Amino acid sequence: MYGATVEPIEDIRTDAEKLAGFEARIARGEKIEPGDWMPDEYRRQLIRMISQHAHSEVVGMLPEGAFITRAPNLRRKLILIAKVQDEAGHGQYLYHAAETLGATREEMLDALLSGKAKYSSIFNYPTLSWADMGAIGWLVDGAAILNQTMLARCSYGPYARAMVRICAEENFHRRQGQDIVITLALGTPEQKAMMQDSINRWWWPTLMMFGPHDTDSSNSAVLIRWGIKTKTNDELRQAFVDQTAPELMALGLTIPDPDLHYDAATEHWHFGEINWDEFWNVVKGNGPCNAERMTARRQAHEDGLWVREAMAAYTEKYQS
Amino acid sequence: MNPESKQALIDYLITMADDELILGHRNSEWCGHAPILEEDIAFANIALDEIGHAIVWYELAADLQGEEREAYANHMVYFRDVRDYRNTQLVELPKGDWAFTMLRQYLFDQFEMMRLEKLAQSSYAPFAEAATKIRTEEIYHLRHTQAWARRLGLGTEESHRRMQAALNDLWPYALALCEPSNRAELLTQGGYIPDSRALKTAWLEQVTAYLGEVGLAIPTDSSNLPLSRTHHTEHLGQLLSDLQQVARLDPMAKW
Ligand SMILES: [Fe+2]
Ligand SMILES: [Fe+2]
Ligand SMILES: [Fe+2]
Repeated sequence: MYGATVEPIEDIRTDAEKLAGFEARIARGEKIEPGDWMPDEYRRQLIRMISQHAHSEVVGMLPEGAFITRAPNLRRKLILIAKVQDEAGHGQYLYHAAETLGATREEMLDALLSGKAKYSSIFNYPTLSWADMGAIGWLVDGAAILNQTMLARCSYGPYARAMVRICAEENFHRRQGQDIVITLALGTPEQKAMMQDSINRWWWPTLMMFGPHDTDSSNSAVLIRWGIKTKTNDELRQAFVDQTAPELMALGLTIPDPDLHYDAATEHWHFGEINWDEFWNVVKGNGPCNAERMTARRQAHEDGLWVREAMAAYTEKYQS
Repeated sequence: MNPESKQALIDYLITMADDELILGHRNSEWCGHAPILEEDIAFANIALDEIGHAIVWYELAADLQGEEREAYANHMVYFRDVRDYRNTQLVELPKGDWAFTMLRQYLFDQFEMMRLEKLAQSSYAPFAEAATKIRTEEIYHLRHTQAWARRLGLGTEESHRRMQAALNDLWPYALALCEPSNRAELLTQGGYIPDSRALKTAWLEQVTAYLGEVGLAIPTDSSNLPLSRTHHTEHLGQLLSDLQQVARLDPMAKW
Protein backbone atom coordinates (compact mmCIF):
# COMPACT_ATOMS: atom_id res chain seq x y z
CA MET A 1 0.00 0.00 0.00
CA TYR A 2 1.34 3.37 -0.97
CA GLY A 3 -1.29 5.52 0.69
CA ALA A 4 -4.79 6.55 -0.23
CA THR A 5 -3.89 9.26 -2.72
CA VAL A 6 -2.37 6.91 -5.27
CA GLU A 7 -4.88 5.82 -7.95
CA PRO A 8 -4.87 2.09 -8.53
CA ILE A 9 -3.30 1.14 -11.80
CA GLU A 10 -6.01 -0.18 -14.07
CA ASP A 11 -5.65 -3.87 -14.73
CA ILE A 12 -5.99 -4.13 -18.52
CA ARG A 13 -5.50 -7.88 -18.77
CA THR A 14 -8.39 -9.97 -20.09
CA ASP A 15 -10.17 -12.24 -17.63
CA ALA A 16 -8.47 -15.26 -19.14
CA GLU A 17 -5.07 -13.65 -18.57
CA LYS A 18 -6.00 -12.73 -15.02
CA LEU A 19 -7.16 -16.26 -14.31
CA ALA A 20 -3.95 -17.69 -15.74
CA GLY A 21 -1.92 -15.32 -13.59
CA PHE A 22 -3.97 -16.20 -10.51
CA GLU A 23 -3.57 -19.93 -11.07
CA ALA A 24 0.15 -19.49 -11.66
CA ARG A 25 0.48 -17.71 -8.33
CA ILE A 26 -1.33 -20.55 -6.57
CA ALA A 27 0.89 -23.08 -8.34
CA ARG A 28 3.95 -21.21 -7.03
CA GLY A 29 2.51 -21.48 -3.51
CA GLU A 30 1.91 -17.73 -3.15
CA LYS A 31 -0.86 -16.52 -0.83
CA ILE A 32 -3.78 -14.62 -2.31
CA GLU A 33 -4.50 -11.47 -0.28
CA PRO A 34 -7.74 -9.46 0.08
CA GLY A 35 -7.02 -6.77 -2.56
CA ASP A 36 -5.70 -9.21 -5.18
CA TRP A 37 -7.65 -10.21 -8.26
CA MET A 38 -9.47 -13.51 -7.80
CA PRO A 39 -12.16 -15.33 -9.75
CA ASP A 40 -15.68 -14.74 -8.45
CA GLU A 41 -16.08 -18.43 -7.87
CA TYR A 42 -12.96 -18.47 -5.63
CA ARG A 43 -14.40 -15.62 -3.58
CA ARG A 44 -17.82 -17.27 -3.42
CA GLN A 45 -16.41 -20.63 -2.32
CA LEU A 46 -14.25 -19.00 0.34
CA ILE A 47 -17.07 -16.92 1.78
CA ARG A 48 -19.21 -20.06 1.90
CA MET A 49 -16.53 -22.11 3.61
CA ILE A 50 -15.25 -19.49 6.03
CA SER A 51 -18.68 -18.32 7.14
CA GLN A 52 -19.81 -21.93 7.55
CA HIS A 53 -16.73 -22.52 9.61
CA ALA A 54 -17.43 -19.41 11.73
CA HIS A 55 -21.02 -20.53 12.29
CA SER A 56 -19.78 -23.95 13.36
CA GLU A 57 -17.61 -22.36 16.03
CA VAL A 58 -20.52 -20.28 17.30
CA VAL A 59 -23.14 -23.05 17.26
CA GLY A 60 -20.45 -25.38 18.63
CA MET A 61 -20.47 -23.41 21.87
CA LEU A 62 -23.94 -24.73 22.70
CA PRO A 63 -23.52 -28.47 23.26
CA GLU A 64 -20.46 -28.05 25.48
CA GLY A 65 -21.64 -24.79 27.01
CA ALA A 66 -24.54 -26.76 28.45
CA PHE A 67 -22.10 -28.66 30.69
CA ILE A 68 -20.15 -25.69 32.06
CA THR A 69 -22.42 -25.37 35.07
CA ARG A 70 -22.22 -29.14 35.66
CA ALA A 71 -18.47 -29.72 35.30
CA PRO A 72 -17.58 -32.21 38.05
CA ASN A 73 -14.65 -30.36 39.61
CA LEU A 74 -13.25 -26.86 39.64
CA ARG A 75 -10.27 -27.58 37.41
CA ARG A 76 -12.47 -29.10 34.70
CA LYS A 77 -14.89 -26.23 35.02
CA LEU A 78 -12.22 -23.59 34.40
CA ILE A 79 -10.86 -25.54 31.44
CA LEU A 80 -14.29 -25.99 29.89
CA ILE A 81 -15.20 -22.31 30.21
CA ALA A 82 -11.87 -21.38 28.62
CA LYS A 83 -12.48 -23.84 25.81
CA VAL A 84 -15.97 -22.61 24.99
CA GLN A 85 -14.65 -19.07 25.17
CA ASP A 86 -11.93 -20.01 22.67
CA GLU A 87 -14.59 -21.26 20.27
CA ALA A 88 -16.29 -17.86 20.43
CA GLY A 89 -12.91 -16.31 19.65
CA HIS A 90 -12.51 -18.63 16.67
CA GLY A 91 -15.90 -17.53 15.41
CA GLN A 92 -14.74 -13.96 15.71
CA TYR A 93 -11.46 -14.41 13.75
CA LEU A 94 -13.30 -16.33 11.07
CA TYR A 95 -16.02 -13.72 10.63
CA HIS A 96 -13.20 -11.21 10.24
CA ALA A 97 -11.51 -13.39 7.63
CA ALA A 98 -14.78 -13.62 5.67
CA GLU A 99 -15.20 -9.85 5.94
CA THR A 100 -11.94 -9.39 4.04
CA LEU A 101 -13.79 -10.93 1.07
CA GLY A 102 -16.65 -8.45 1.28
CA ALA A 103 -19.16 -10.39 3.38
CA THR A 104 -20.62 -8.54 6.38
CA ARG A 105 -21.27 -9.96 9.83
CA GLU A 106 -24.97 -9.06 9.53
CA GLU A 107 -25.37 -10.88 6.22
CA MET A 108 -23.61 -13.92 7.58
CA LEU A 109 -25.67 -13.98 10.79
CA ASP A 110 -28.87 -13.53 8.81
CA ALA A 111 -27.91 -16.46 6.62
CA LEU A 112 -27.32 -18.58 9.72
CA LEU A 113 -30.51 -17.59 11.51
CA SER A 114 -32.67 -17.97 8.43
CA GLY A 115 -31.30 -21.46 7.96
CA LYS A 116 -29.70 -20.63 4.61
CA ALA A 117 -26.13 -21.08 5.80
CA LYS A 118 -24.93 -24.41 7.10
CA TYR A 119 -22.71 -25.26 10.04
CA SER A 120 -20.97 -28.47 10.97
CA SER A 121 -23.67 -31.08 11.46
CA ILE A 122 -21.81 -32.63 14.38
CA PHE A 123 -23.31 -29.95 16.62
CA ASN A 124 -26.79 -31.24 15.87
CA TYR A 125 -26.17 -34.21 18.15
CA PRO A 126 -27.06 -33.92 21.84
CA THR A 127 -24.66 -33.85 24.78
CA LEU A 128 -26.09 -36.27 27.30
CA SER A 129 -23.37 -36.86 29.85
CA TRP A 130 -20.12 -35.44 31.14
CA ALA A 131 -18.29 -38.08 29.09
CA ASP A 132 -19.43 -36.21 25.98
CA MET A 133 -17.04 -33.39 26.94
CA GLY A 134 -14.25 -35.92 26.52
CA ALA A 135 -15.58 -37.33 23.27
CA ILE A 136 -16.14 -33.89 21.77
CA GLY A 137 -12.71 -32.62 22.77
CA TRP A 138 -10.84 -35.63 21.56
CA LEU A 139 -12.86 -36.76 18.56
CA VAL A 140 -14.60 -33.63 17.31
CA ASP A 141 -11.81 -31.15 17.97
CA GLY A 142 -9.34 -33.80 16.83
CA ALA A 143 -11.16 -34.19 13.52
CA ALA A 144 -11.38 -30.41 13.19
CA ILE A 145 -7.62 -30.14 13.70
CA LEU A 146 -6.90 -32.42 10.74
CA ASN A 147 -9.09 -30.28 8.53
CA GLN A 148 -7.76 -27.02 9.92
CA THR A 149 -4.11 -28.02 9.70
CA MET A 150 -4.73 -28.51 6.00
CA LEU A 151 -6.51 -25.15 5.77
CA ALA A 152 -3.61 -23.42 7.51
CA ARG A 153 -1.77 -24.03 4.24
CA CYS A 154 -4.60 -22.85 2.01
CA SER A 155 -4.10 -20.30 -0.73
CA TYR A 156 -6.09 -17.46 0.83
CA GLY A 157 -3.82 -15.57 3.25
CA PRO A 158 -6.32 -14.36 5.88
CA TYR A 159 -7.96 -17.80 6.16
CA ALA A 160 -4.60 -19.55 6.40
CA ARG A 161 -3.41 -17.20 9.13
CA ALA A 162 -6.65 -17.51 11.11
CA MET A 163 -6.21 -21.28 10.96
CA VAL A 164 -2.67 -21.17 12.32
CA ARG A 165 -3.91 -19.31 15.38
CA ILE A 166 -6.95 -21.51 15.79
CA CYS A 167 -5.04 -24.78 15.45
CA ALA A 168 -2.78 -23.91 18.36
CA GLU A 169 -5.85 -23.60 20.60
CA GLU A 170 -7.57 -26.65 19.12
CA ASN A 171 -4.61 -28.75 20.16
CA PHE A 172 -5.25 -27.72 23.74
CA HIS A 173 -8.94 -28.61 23.28
CA ARG A 174 -8.06 -32.02 21.98
CA ARG A 175 -5.70 -32.69 24.88
CA GLN A 176 -8.26 -31.72 27.51
CA GLY A 177 -10.77 -34.01 25.81
CA GLN A 178 -8.30 -36.86 25.69
CA ASP A 179 -7.56 -36.30 29.35
CA ILE A 180 -11.26 -36.63 30.24
CA VAL A 181 -11.61 -39.79 28.13
CA ILE A 182 -8.57 -41.38 29.76
CA THR A 183 -9.78 -40.47 33.25
CA LEU A 184 -13.22 -41.97 32.68
CA ALA A 185 -12.05 -45.00 30.72
CA LEU A 186 -9.72 -45.91 33.57
CA GLY A 187 -12.19 -44.85 36.27
CA THR A 188 -15.03 -46.55 38.12
CA PRO A 189 -17.35 -48.99 36.30
CA GLU A 190 -19.99 -46.30 36.08
CA GLN A 191 -17.54 -43.86 34.51
CA LYS A 192 -16.35 -46.47 32.02
CA ALA A 193 -19.90 -47.23 30.98
CA MET A 194 -20.57 -43.53 30.57
CA MET A 195 -17.49 -43.14 28.39
CA GLN A 196 -18.33 -46.14 26.25
CA ASP A 197 -21.84 -44.87 25.68
CA SER A 198 -20.43 -41.54 24.61
CA ILE A 199 -18.01 -43.10 22.10
CA ASN A 200 -20.89 -45.16 20.75
CA ARG A 201 -22.83 -42.01 20.06
CA TRP A 202 -20.01 -39.74 18.77
CA TRP A 203 -17.87 -42.06 16.66
CA TRP A 204 -19.96 -42.12 13.49
CA PRO A 205 -21.04 -38.50 13.54
CA THR A 206 -17.36 -37.56 13.87
CA LEU A 207 -16.48 -39.56 10.75
CA MET A 208 -19.30 -37.72 8.97
CA MET A 209 -17.67 -34.39 9.83
CA PHE A 210 -15.20 -34.84 6.98
CA GLY A 211 -18.06 -34.60 4.52
CA PRO A 212 -19.29 -36.84 1.70
CA HIS A 213 -17.06 -39.12 -0.33
CA ASP A 214 -14.98 -37.12 -2.77
CA THR A 215 -16.95 -38.63 -5.64
CA ASP A 216 -20.15 -37.17 -4.12
CA SER A 217 -18.78 -33.79 -3.10
CA SER A 218 -19.79 -31.11 -5.57
CA ASN A 219 -17.17 -28.62 -4.37
CA SER A 220 -14.10 -30.81 -3.91
CA ALA A 221 -12.50 -30.49 -7.36
CA VAL A 222 -12.50 -26.72 -7.59
CA LEU A 223 -11.40 -26.33 -3.97
CA ILE A 224 -8.42 -28.54 -4.61
CA ARG A 225 -7.51 -26.91 -7.89
CA TRP A 226 -7.33 -23.46 -6.27
CA GLY A 227 -5.39 -24.60 -3.27
CA ILE A 228 -8.19 -24.04 -0.78
CA LYS A 229 -8.13 -27.69 0.12
CA THR A 230 -5.01 -29.74 -0.37
CA LYS A 231 -6.43 -33.07 0.80
CA THR A 232 -9.67 -34.84 0.00
CA ASN A 233 -12.43 -35.61 2.50
CA ASP A 234 -11.66 -39.31 2.34
CA GLU A 235 -7.93 -38.80 2.89
CA LEU A 236 -8.58 -36.74 6.00
CA ARG A 237 -11.16 -39.21 7.30
CA GLN A 238 -8.73 -42.08 6.86
CA ALA A 239 -5.99 -40.15 8.67
CA PHE A 240 -8.41 -39.58 11.55
CA VAL A 241 -9.35 -43.24 11.88
CA ASP A 242 -5.71 -44.34 11.63
CA GLN A 243 -4.74 -41.99 14.40
CA THR A 244 -7.69 -42.31 16.77
CA ALA A 245 -8.99 -45.89 16.54
CA PRO A 246 -5.92 -47.60 18.04
CA GLU A 247 -5.65 -45.00 20.80
CA LEU A 248 -9.26 -45.49 21.90
CA MET A 249 -8.92 -49.25 21.77
CA ALA A 250 -5.76 -49.10 23.90
CA LEU A 251 -7.93 -47.63 26.65
CA GLY A 252 -10.26 -50.63 26.54
CA LEU A 253 -12.97 -48.75 24.68
CA THR A 254 -14.88 -50.39 21.87
CA ILE A 255 -15.49 -48.65 18.58
CA PRO A 256 -19.02 -49.23 17.30
CA ASP A 257 -17.97 -50.57 13.90
CA PRO A 258 -17.86 -54.34 13.38
CA ASP A 259 -15.91 -53.87 10.14
CA LEU A 260 -13.10 -51.92 11.73
CA HIS A 261 -9.74 -53.69 11.46
CA TYR A 262 -6.12 -52.97 10.67
CA ASP A 263 -5.24 -53.87 7.12
CA ALA A 264 -1.57 -54.79 6.98
CA ALA A 265 -1.48 -54.59 3.18
CA THR A 266 -2.59 -50.95 3.01
CA GLU A 267 -1.19 -50.06 6.44
CA HIS A 268 -4.49 -48.36 7.19
CA TRP A 269 -7.44 -49.06 9.44
CA HIS A 270 -10.30 -50.28 7.33
CA PHE A 271 -13.69 -49.07 8.51
CA GLY A 272 -17.31 -49.74 7.61
CA GLU A 273 -19.61 -47.66 5.46
CA ILE A 274 -21.02 -44.45 6.88
CA ASN A 275 -24.78 -44.16 7.08
CA TRP A 276 -25.13 -41.49 4.40
CA ASP A 277 -28.88 -41.26 4.79
CA GLU A 278 -28.33 -40.10 8.34
CA PHE A 279 -25.64 -37.67 7.16
CA TRP A 280 -27.82 -36.01 4.53
CA ASN A 281 -30.78 -35.97 6.83
CA VAL A 282 -28.85 -34.02 9.47
CA VAL A 283 -27.38 -31.70 6.82
CA LYS A 284 -30.90 -30.98 5.61
CA GLY A 285 -31.93 -29.90 9.10
CA ASN A 286 -33.56 -33.04 10.47
CA GLY A 287 -30.90 -34.10 12.97
CA PRO A 288 -31.69 -34.70 16.63
CA CYS A 289 -30.84 -31.13 17.70
CA ASN A 290 -31.02 -28.93 14.58
CA ALA A 291 -34.18 -27.23 15.79
CA GLU A 292 -32.86 -26.76 19.33
CA ARG A 293 -29.58 -25.25 18.16
CA MET A 294 -31.28 -22.81 15.84
CA THR A 295 -33.84 -21.90 18.48
CA ALA A 296 -31.04 -21.16 20.95
CA ARG A 297 -29.18 -18.97 18.44
CA ARG A 298 -32.33 -17.11 17.42
CA GLN A 299 -33.33 -16.65 21.04
CA ALA A 300 -29.94 -15.14 21.91
CA HIS A 301 -30.16 -12.91 18.86
CA GLU A 302 -33.70 -11.72 19.66
CA ASP A 303 -33.03 -11.27 23.37
CA GLY A 304 -29.96 -9.26 22.45
CA LEU A 305 -31.74 -6.94 20.08
CA TRP A 306 -32.52 -4.22 22.63
CA VAL A 307 -28.92 -4.44 23.86
CA ARG A 308 -27.49 -3.90 20.39
CA GLU A 309 -29.93 -1.05 19.80
CA ALA A 310 -28.85 0.58 23.05
CA MET A 311 -25.18 0.22 22.07
CA ALA A 312 -25.82 1.87 18.73
CA ALA A 313 -27.92 4.65 20.26
CA TYR A 314 -25.29 5.31 22.91
CA THR A 315 -22.50 5.49 20.36
CA GLU A 316 -24.50 7.84 18.23
CA LYS A 317 -25.42 10.14 21.12
CA TYR A 318 -22.13 10.29 22.94
CA GLN A 319 -19.31 9.19 20.72
CA SER A 320 -19.94 10.74 17.34
CA MET B 1 -3.58 -15.67 65.54
CA ASN B 2 -5.81 -16.90 68.35
CA PRO B 3 -8.22 -19.74 67.59
CA GLU B 4 -11.24 -17.50 67.76
CA SER B 5 -9.84 -15.05 65.20
CA LYS B 6 -8.74 -17.93 63.05
CA GLN B 7 -12.22 -19.40 62.92
CA ALA B 8 -13.69 -15.98 62.20
CA LEU B 9 -11.24 -15.50 59.35
CA ILE B 10 -12.10 -18.90 57.88
CA ASP B 11 -15.79 -17.98 58.03
CA TYR B 12 -15.08 -14.66 56.35
CA LEU B 13 -13.07 -16.27 53.56
CA ILE B 14 -15.90 -18.69 52.92
CA THR B 15 -18.45 -15.91 52.55
CA MET B 16 -16.18 -14.26 49.98
CA ALA B 17 -15.52 -17.51 48.15
CA ASP B 18 -19.18 -18.50 48.05
CA ASP B 19 -20.19 -15.11 46.65
CA GLU B 20 -17.62 -15.32 43.85
CA LEU B 21 -18.40 -18.94 43.07
CA ILE B 22 -22.15 -18.48 42.77
CA LEU B 23 -21.82 -15.24 40.82
CA GLY B 24 -19.32 -16.88 38.47
CA HIS B 25 -21.76 -19.76 38.03
CA ARG B 26 -24.58 -17.41 37.05
CA ASN B 27 -22.26 -15.55 34.66
CA SER B 28 -21.14 -18.77 33.04
CA GLU B 29 -24.76 -19.48 32.09
CA TRP B 30 -24.43 -16.74 29.45
CA CYS B 31 -21.68 -18.55 27.61
CA GLY B 32 -22.99 -19.07 24.06
CA HIS B 33 -26.10 -16.95 24.67
CA ALA B 34 -24.74 -13.40 25.01
CA PRO B 35 -26.22 -10.52 22.99
CA ILE B 36 -23.04 -10.15 20.91
CA LEU B 37 -20.24 -12.58 20.17
CA GLU B 38 -17.71 -10.23 21.77
CA GLU B 39 -19.56 -10.68 25.07
CA ASP B 40 -19.54 -14.45 24.78
CA ILE B 41 -15.81 -13.91 25.09
CA ALA B 42 -15.59 -11.02 27.55
CA PHE B 43 -18.26 -12.25 29.92
CA ALA B 44 -16.95 -15.81 29.93
CA ASN B 45 -13.69 -14.26 30.98
CA ILE B 46 -15.33 -12.54 33.92
CA ALA B 47 -17.00 -15.83 34.89
CA LEU B 48 -13.63 -17.54 34.77
CA ASP B 49 -12.03 -14.85 36.90
CA GLU B 50 -14.76 -14.93 39.55
CA ILE B 51 -14.57 -18.69 39.89
CA GLY B 52 -10.80 -18.35 39.99
CA HIS B 53 -11.10 -15.87 42.84
CA ALA B 54 -13.42 -18.20 44.71
CA ILE B 55 -10.75 -20.88 44.45
CA VAL B 56 -8.13 -18.51 45.90
CA TRP B 57 -10.31 -17.78 48.93
CA TYR B 58 -11.23 -21.45 49.50
CA GLU B 59 -7.55 -22.29 49.35
CA LEU B 60 -6.64 -19.68 51.94
CA ALA B 61 -9.35 -21.17 54.16
CA ALA B 62 -7.82 -24.60 53.53
CA ASP B 63 -4.37 -23.37 54.56
CA LEU B 64 -5.73 -22.01 57.82
CA GLN B 65 -7.12 -25.46 58.61
CA GLY B 66 -4.17 -27.45 57.35
CA GLU B 67 -6.34 -29.02 54.65
CA GLU B 68 -5.19 -30.01 51.17
CA ARG B 69 -6.10 -27.07 48.95
CA GLU B 70 -7.66 -28.60 45.84
CA ALA B 71 -9.56 -31.31 47.70
CA TYR B 72 -10.90 -28.79 50.19
CA ALA B 73 -12.09 -26.37 47.50
CA ASN B 74 -13.83 -29.15 45.60
CA HIS B 75 -15.40 -30.47 48.76
CA MET B 76 -16.73 -27.03 49.65
CA VAL B 77 -18.21 -26.50 46.21
CA TYR B 78 -19.59 -29.94 45.42
CA PHE B 79 -20.47 -31.52 48.72
CA ARG B 80 -22.13 -28.81 50.77
CA ASP B 81 -25.89 -28.32 50.71
CA VAL B 82 -27.91 -25.13 50.66
CA ARG B 83 -27.88 -24.70 54.43
CA ASP B 84 -24.08 -24.55 54.53
CA TYR B 85 -23.56 -22.06 51.74
CA ARG B 86 -22.76 -18.53 52.94
CA ASN B 87 -23.22 -16.45 49.80
CA THR B 88 -25.60 -13.51 49.70
CA GLN B 89 -28.92 -13.95 47.96
CA LEU B 90 -27.79 -11.29 45.49
CA VAL B 91 -25.60 -13.73 43.58
CA GLU B 92 -27.96 -16.70 43.56
CA LEU B 93 -30.84 -14.89 41.81
CA PRO B 94 -31.35 -16.19 38.25
CA LYS B 95 -29.37 -14.37 35.59
CA GLY B 96 -32.34 -12.37 34.30
CA ASP B 97 -31.81 -10.17 31.27
CA TRP B 98 -28.58 -8.49 30.22
CA ALA B 99 -29.47 -5.38 32.26
CA PHE B 100 -29.96 -7.44 35.42
CA THR B 101 -26.78 -9.41 34.85
CA MET B 102 -24.63 -6.39 34.10
CA LEU B 103 -25.97 -4.28 36.92
CA ARG B 104 -25.54 -7.06 39.46
CA GLN B 105 -22.00 -7.55 38.24
CA TYR B 106 -21.32 -3.81 38.46
CA LEU B 107 -22.66 -3.56 42.03
CA PHE B 108 -20.62 -6.57 43.04
CA ASP B 109 -17.44 -5.47 41.25
CA GLN B 110 -17.56 -2.05 42.83
CA PHE B 111 -17.92 -3.59 46.26
CA GLU B 112 -15.26 -6.16 45.61
CA MET B 113 -12.85 -3.58 44.28
CA MET B 114 -13.16 -1.36 47.33
CA ARG B 115 -12.83 -4.30 49.65
CA LEU B 116 -9.75 -5.60 47.82
CA GLU B 117 -8.07 -2.22 48.09
CA LYS B 118 -8.39 -2.46 51.85
CA LEU B 119 -7.59 -6.16 52.02
CA ALA B 120 -4.34 -5.47 50.20
CA GLN B 121 -3.25 -3.95 53.53
CA SER B 122 -4.49 -6.83 55.67
CA SER B 123 -2.26 -7.80 58.58
CA TYR B 124 -2.65 -11.41 57.45
CA ALA B 125 0.02 -11.51 54.76
CA PRO B 126 -1.44 -14.27 52.50
CA PHE B 127 -4.69 -12.33 52.43
CA ALA B 128 -2.92 -9.11 51.44
CA GLU B 129 -0.95 -10.86 48.72
CA ALA B 130 -3.99 -12.54 47.18
CA ALA B 131 -6.00 -9.31 47.28
CA THR B 132 -3.23 -7.42 45.48
CA LYS B 133 -3.19 -9.98 42.71
CA ILE B 134 -6.94 -10.26 42.29
CA ARG B 135 -7.32 -6.50 42.22
CA THR B 136 -5.57 -6.32 38.84
CA GLU B 137 -8.36 -8.44 37.34
CA GLU B 138 -11.10 -6.55 39.08
CA ILE B 139 -9.90 -3.26 37.57
CA TYR B 140 -10.76 -4.72 34.20
CA HIS B 141 -14.14 -6.08 35.37
CA LEU B 142 -15.14 -2.78 36.86
CA ARG B 143 -14.20 -0.90 33.72
CA HIS B 144 -16.25 -3.35 31.67
CA THR B 145 -19.36 -3.30 33.85
CA GLN B 146 -19.22 0.48 34.32
CA ALA B 147 -19.13 0.91 30.56
CA TRP B 148 -22.15 -1.37 30.19
CA ALA B 149 -24.08 0.41 32.93
CA ARG B 150 -23.43 3.69 31.13
CA ARG B 151 -24.36 2.41 27.69
CA LEU B 152 -27.56 0.78 28.89
CA GLY B 153 -28.48 3.53 31.35
CA LEU B 154 -28.16 6.19 28.67
CA GLY B 155 -28.78 4.15 25.50
CA THR B 156 -32.45 3.87 24.58
CA GLU B 157 -35.68 4.30 26.48
CA GLU B 158 -36.03 0.55 26.65
CA SER B 159 -32.52 -0.05 27.93
CA HIS B 160 -32.99 2.65 30.54
CA ARG B 161 -36.30 1.18 31.64
CA ARG B 162 -34.77 -2.28 31.97
CA MET B 163 -31.82 -0.95 33.94
CA GLN B 164 -34.00 0.95 36.37
CA ALA B 165 -36.21 -2.12 36.84
CA ALA B 166 -33.12 -4.24 37.46
CA LEU B 167 -31.79 -1.74 39.97
CA ASN B 168 -35.11 -1.69 41.84
CA ASP B 169 -35.04 -5.48 42.07
CA LEU B 170 -31.37 -5.78 42.93
CA TRP B 171 -30.95 -3.01 45.44
CA PRO B 172 -32.12 -4.67 48.68
CA TYR B 173 -30.08 -7.74 47.83
CA ALA B 174 -27.01 -5.65 47.01
CA LEU B 175 -27.15 -3.96 50.41
CA ALA B 176 -26.68 -7.36 52.00
CA LEU B 177 -23.19 -7.51 50.53
CA CYS B 178 -22.13 -4.94 53.09
CA GLU B 179 -23.52 -6.75 56.12
CA PRO B 180 -20.76 -7.77 58.52
CA SER B 181 -20.14 -11.50 58.79
CA ASN B 182 -19.82 -13.52 61.96
CA ARG B 183 -17.46 -11.86 64.45
CA ALA B 184 -16.30 -9.35 61.84
CA GLU B 185 -15.51 -6.87 64.61
CA LEU B 186 -12.86 -9.17 65.95
CA LEU B 187 -11.23 -9.40 62.52
CA THR B 188 -11.37 -5.65 62.00
CA GLN B 189 -9.73 -5.06 65.38
CA GLY B 190 -6.95 -7.42 64.42
CA GLY B 191 -6.37 -5.51 61.18
CA TYR B 192 -7.29 -8.57 59.11
CA ILE B 193 -10.27 -7.09 57.29
CA PRO B 194 -11.60 -3.57 56.70
CA ASP B 195 -14.34 -2.09 58.86
CA SER B 196 -17.63 -3.09 57.29
CA ARG B 197 -19.48 0.12 58.17
CA ALA B 198 -16.82 2.32 56.60
CA LEU B 199 -16.78 0.09 53.55
CA LYS B 200 -20.54 0.28 53.23
CA THR B 201 -20.47 4.09 53.41
CA ALA B 202 -17.78 4.35 50.76
CA TRP B 203 -19.53 1.85 48.47
CA LEU B 204 -22.91 3.59 48.82
CA GLU B 205 -21.36 6.89 47.97
CA GLN B 206 -19.58 5.53 44.94
CA VAL B 207 -22.47 3.57 43.39
CA THR B 208 -25.03 6.27 44.12
CA ALA B 209 -22.87 8.82 42.32
CA TYR B 210 -22.04 6.59 39.36
CA LEU B 211 -25.54 5.25 38.82
CA GLY B 212 -26.86 8.81 39.06
CA GLU B 213 -24.44 9.82 36.35
CA VAL B 214 -25.84 7.15 34.05
CA GLY B 215 -29.41 8.19 34.70
CA LEU B 216 -30.45 5.65 37.32
CA ALA B 217 -32.01 6.36 40.69
CA ILE B 218 -31.39 4.30 43.80
CA PRO B 219 -34.78 3.11 45.11
CA THR B 220 -35.70 4.64 48.43
CA ASP B 221 -38.59 2.43 49.49
CA SER B 222 -36.84 -0.91 49.61
CA SER B 223 -38.70 -3.47 51.64
CA ASN B 224 -36.78 -5.17 54.39
CA LEU B 225 -35.61 -8.55 53.20
CA PRO B 226 -33.80 -10.86 55.53
CA LEU B 227 -30.18 -10.04 54.83
CA SER B 228 -28.49 -12.89 56.59
CA ARG B 229 -26.14 -15.16 54.68
CA THR B 230 -27.70 -18.15 56.40
CA HIS B 231 -30.96 -17.58 54.53
CA HIS B 232 -31.34 -18.47 50.89
CA THR B 233 -33.88 -18.31 48.10
CA GLU B 234 -35.22 -21.42 46.36
CA HIS B 235 -32.94 -20.58 43.46
CA LEU B 236 -29.84 -21.73 45.31
CA GLY B 237 -31.13 -25.28 45.62
CA GLN B 238 -31.80 -25.45 41.92
CA LEU B 239 -28.42 -23.96 41.16
CA LEU B 240 -26.65 -26.50 43.35
CA SER B 241 -28.49 -29.44 41.87
CA ASP B 242 -27.11 -28.37 38.51
CA LEU B 243 -23.62 -27.54 39.80
CA GLN B 244 -23.24 -30.74 41.81
CA GLN B 245 -25.09 -33.17 39.57
CA VAL B 246 -22.13 -34.89 37.90
CA ALA B 247 -19.76 -34.72 40.86
CA ARG B 248 -22.32 -36.54 43.03
CA LEU B 249 -23.04 -39.33 40.56
CA ASP B 250 -20.21 -41.24 42.11
CA PRO B 251 -18.54 -39.52 45.05
CA MET B 252 -15.66 -42.00 45.01
CA ALA B 253 -14.81 -41.27 41.40
CA LYS B 254 -12.07 -38.95 40.16
CA TRP B 255 -13.08 -36.81 37.25
FE1 LIG C 1 -12.71 -23.91 17.44
FE1 LIG D 1 -12.10 -26.46 19.76
FE1 LIG E 1 -13.89 -11.41 41.89
